[in-house]
Amino acid sequence: MKNNIYDKYLVEEKMPTMWCPGCGNGIVLQSIIRAIDEMDLDPEKIVFVSGIGCSSRAVNYLKFDCMHTNHGRAIAFATGIKMANPELKVIVLTGDGDCASIGGNHLIHACRRNIDLTVICMNNSNYGMTGGQYSPTTPLNSFTKTSVYGSYEPPFDLCDLTKSAGATYVARCATYLPVQMKDIIKKALNHHGLSFVDCASDCPSLYGRLNRLGDAGEMMLRWKDRLVSVTQSQKMSEEELKDKVIWGEFVNKSDRMEYTDIYKENIRRAKEAAHE
Amino acid sequence: MKLKVVIDRKMCKGCGICVVLCPKKILKIDEEGKASVTERQECIGCRQCEFHCPDFAILMGDDDGQL
Repeated sequence: MKNNIYDKYLVEEKMPTMWCPGCGNGIVLQSIIRAIDEMDLDPEKIVFVSGIGCSSRAVNYLKFDCMHTNHGRAIAFATGIKMANPELKVIVLTGDGDCASIGGNHLIHACRRNIDLTVICMNNSNYGMTGGQYSPTTPLNSFTKTSVYGSYEPPFDLCDLTKSAGATYVARCATYLPVQMKDIIKKALNHHGLSFVDCASDCPSLYGRLNRLGDAGEMMLRWKDRLVSVTQSQKMSEEELKDKVIWGEFVNKSDRMEYTDIYKENIRRAKEAAHE
Repeated sequence: MKLKVVIDRKMCKGCGICVVLCPKKILKIDEEGKASVTERQECIGCRQCEFHCPDFAILMGDDDGQL
């Protein structure tokens, strides 16, 4: 297969990927490269940063400048890259355990600063790489390797978390809707300020198996009844929304200044003060 | 010319997502555990299988299977 979108952006020698059959990470990665292809971005101006985990292995397959960093510290490294060279488009590929638990502090502080990063979280509700332990987004009463009687910790809603921390673009999508996911990622890449995209995906070989949700195909079809768009959800009661996943844009505003812009402004002011 | 499904068997891991999503039900998992097309002329080119494939194994090609 030659001259196609995959050859253009993916490293052929590293294929097939290390992900299990039916893993949602591949669909998210595919949506990202389709978004970049449609936007016709300069590959020299894009940097991918990732932490540790199944999702973070995505950077190994990309023909871009990539950085595979410490567990949870992807956003910290990305902040450094962006501050050193604000011309670059910095994309953080991270998982739910990586960005919400171990790197949770970095996530909320990046949102508070509103630095121009695009954080794409591949949320599969458990720690896949280490064997399926529960993560901060594991739904209540679901089974994982470390919650054999059902998880009794209430999960984080990552969109609510980033929204309240001050992110200026927050959206959620699912692997069942890859075309809509591509459109949301395009908007997130265009946004000036911190954009957070929560990509709800499946882990059929660990989370799906322990919760008896069937194979990858059955898990994919489960999304059909569970996904509700933001506009639909406004007409529904709280009881109806109980087991649903709301997808769409939650926040899209530009009322706050971006962090590198503030930094540049401060340097200009300091120089002016020094001349006087 | 309408484009039709082409499966790269080297890349396929046989997860079965394309099989359940195909509206014409022309995909199946064969004896080798990989996705294959049963009646290629029936493909309507909706690209559901292509966009949902986690292993980058499905693309759209012409009648001869060329991309």
